[in-house]
Amino acid sequence: MYATRPTLARDLAIAAAALVILLLLPYVWPSRMVNDLVIRVSAFALFATSLNLLVGYTGMVSFGHGMFFGFGAYAFGLSMQKLGTSIPTAFVITIVTSACLGLVVGAISIRLKDIYFSFITLAFQMLLYSLIIAWVPLTGGDQGLMGGIPRPPFWGVDLSQESHRYVCAVTLLVIGLLILRQIVESPFGYTLRMIRDNTERASFLGINVFRAKLTAFVIAGIFGSIGGMVMALFVSGAYPEFVNWTMSGEGIFMIMLGGLSTFIGPAAGALILSLLNDVITRGTEHHGLVLGGVILLFALGLRKGVTDFIADWFRQRREAASRSGS
Amino acid sequence: MLDIKGLNKSFGGVAAISDVNIAFPTGSLTAIIGPNGAGKSTFFNLISGGLQPDSGAVTFDGASLLGRSRAQIIDAGIGRAFQIARIFPTLTVEESLLGAVTAHRHRAQNVSRRFPLPEMRDRTLEVAEMLGLTEKLGVISANLSHGDQKLLDIALALVLEPRVLLLDEPTAGMGPDERWRMIERVHELWEREKLTLIFIEHDMDIVFKIAPRICVLCYGRLLAEGTPDQIRTNPAVIEAYLGTSHEEAAI
Repeated sequence: MYATRPTLARDLAIAAAALVILLLLPYVWPSRMVNDLVIRVSAFALFATSLNLLVGYTGMVSFGHGMFFGFGAYAFGLSMQKLGTSIPTAFVITIVTSACLGLVVGAISIRLKDIYFSFITLAFQMLLYSLIIAWVPLTGGDQGLMGGIPRPPFWGVDLSQESHRYVCAVTLLVIGLLILRQIVESPFGYTLRMIRDNTERASFLGINVFRAKLTAFVIAGIFGSIGGMVMALFVSGAYPEFVNWTMSGEGIFMIMLGGLSTFIGPAAGALILSLLNDVITRGTEHHGLVLGGVILLFALGLRKGVTDFIADWFRQRREAASRSGS
Repeated sequence: MLDIKGLNKSFGGVAAISDVNIAFPTGSLTAIIGPNGAGKSTFFNLISGGLQPDSGAVTFDGASLLGRSRAQIIDAGIGRAFQIARIFPTLTVEESLLGAVTAHRHRAQNVSRRFPLPEMRDRTLEVAEMLGLTEKLGVISANLSHGDQKLLDIALALVLEPRVLLLDEPTAGMGPDERWRMIERVHELWEREKLTLIFIEHDMDIVFKIAPRICVLCYGRLLAEGTPDQIRTNPAVIEAYLGTSHEEAAI
């Protein structure tokens, strides 16, 4: 009678298998380019999946989620540069400050609905962007954090080595996605779906809509900032482009390409967009034009993301099989 | 007992509810009738926390419901269903009901466990069976028939274990046969659950057949209240709402 749902044990097994595959990848396919791609995709996948907690699960289309990606990169970089902390301490500082930023921005933004919510989040992002550009002594202005981010060894991990950076990035990716998966499959995840489907009805069931939305906003902000932190570690710096509105736009593109109705869709979108960027940039200087065409193809052709399309295909096959069986 | 005293609500100077006084004894079944725009749905909104009145009192078993959050009003025992079924279109019937029970038992923010929590299943099954939705548990709510969507809307209110259930036009948009099936189900529900049931209805045949007590609202005011016979022969009600056919039928 009850539909079978993914259990934590199954998700843990999948996560463990994914981690093993990703850790073995450099041995099977030793290539600097592949390593770099995986690290970048790890950062973007965390960013896009956290954005989808708002867009896909809660129905809140944030145009300002790039704010957290950039904030994470700067918070981590500044903690390392200015405070001289260890990497784990900088990681904790990044999470705590991102949560605070999410709490403040969220408490104001989620009072607004629909397009007004989208634009106020964009406004906050542009505010942070302007602050970073203007506060040159602290942030380096439009040049970004100068001098690189120090990467002192900790617990036997040396992130100045590429192989360690790779292991760190994929581990953070897998653990981050596992936590987000737990959240969307928990009672809270279903509360968010109910709010997305019918906010008014949800409130008449006793759900504290404001609290639930704010919690989702803060969680999304934290994981978006972890994505930014992974990127800061990778490029050994933080740049204003991370906080620019285009970053949020890319997050939305990733969700559109990968699909918003499956958990893995945004991560798949991050991979597709990164691959497209790499391939198209190498092939033509008009990469924006080509990329725009590809996205149009997805939007007008498939009318859904790749994983949505695949999931629908499997569902239709299952239904056809059950019809013919009965 | 649900007690309404001196209730007033205006929108931009237009009185939607004006000095309404009604008491609903525990376990009673009451129909609210009146022409369109009489303030019936506003009256439900004022009781269930959808709107705050300008003045007046709403008390349930002696405790005021005014100024309380919707969650607190639900916890006090007031549940409601809507004129246009308010459901969760992408969730299955089962997920919708489980989610409602989870929210009611204050587990809506839980992230440490997987949905659904096993302890929520009994109530879900019980209500689904009560409303004949057991076979539809796996159906996506958007794919239900209109009648089943209305039943799901009622089920969502019922899983909250209300002591007072407000049903806003439970038969709206249904064909004649479906209407009677629905109202019979509602009547069974009232008898079985010993609820205080208040429903808004436009079909006078249904109202006069099943409601022991009827309240008539007109232009936001309580025009009359009484038994079906009293309402059927009340000149003010006939003039404002029923027209002559019911008067002739009564004669």
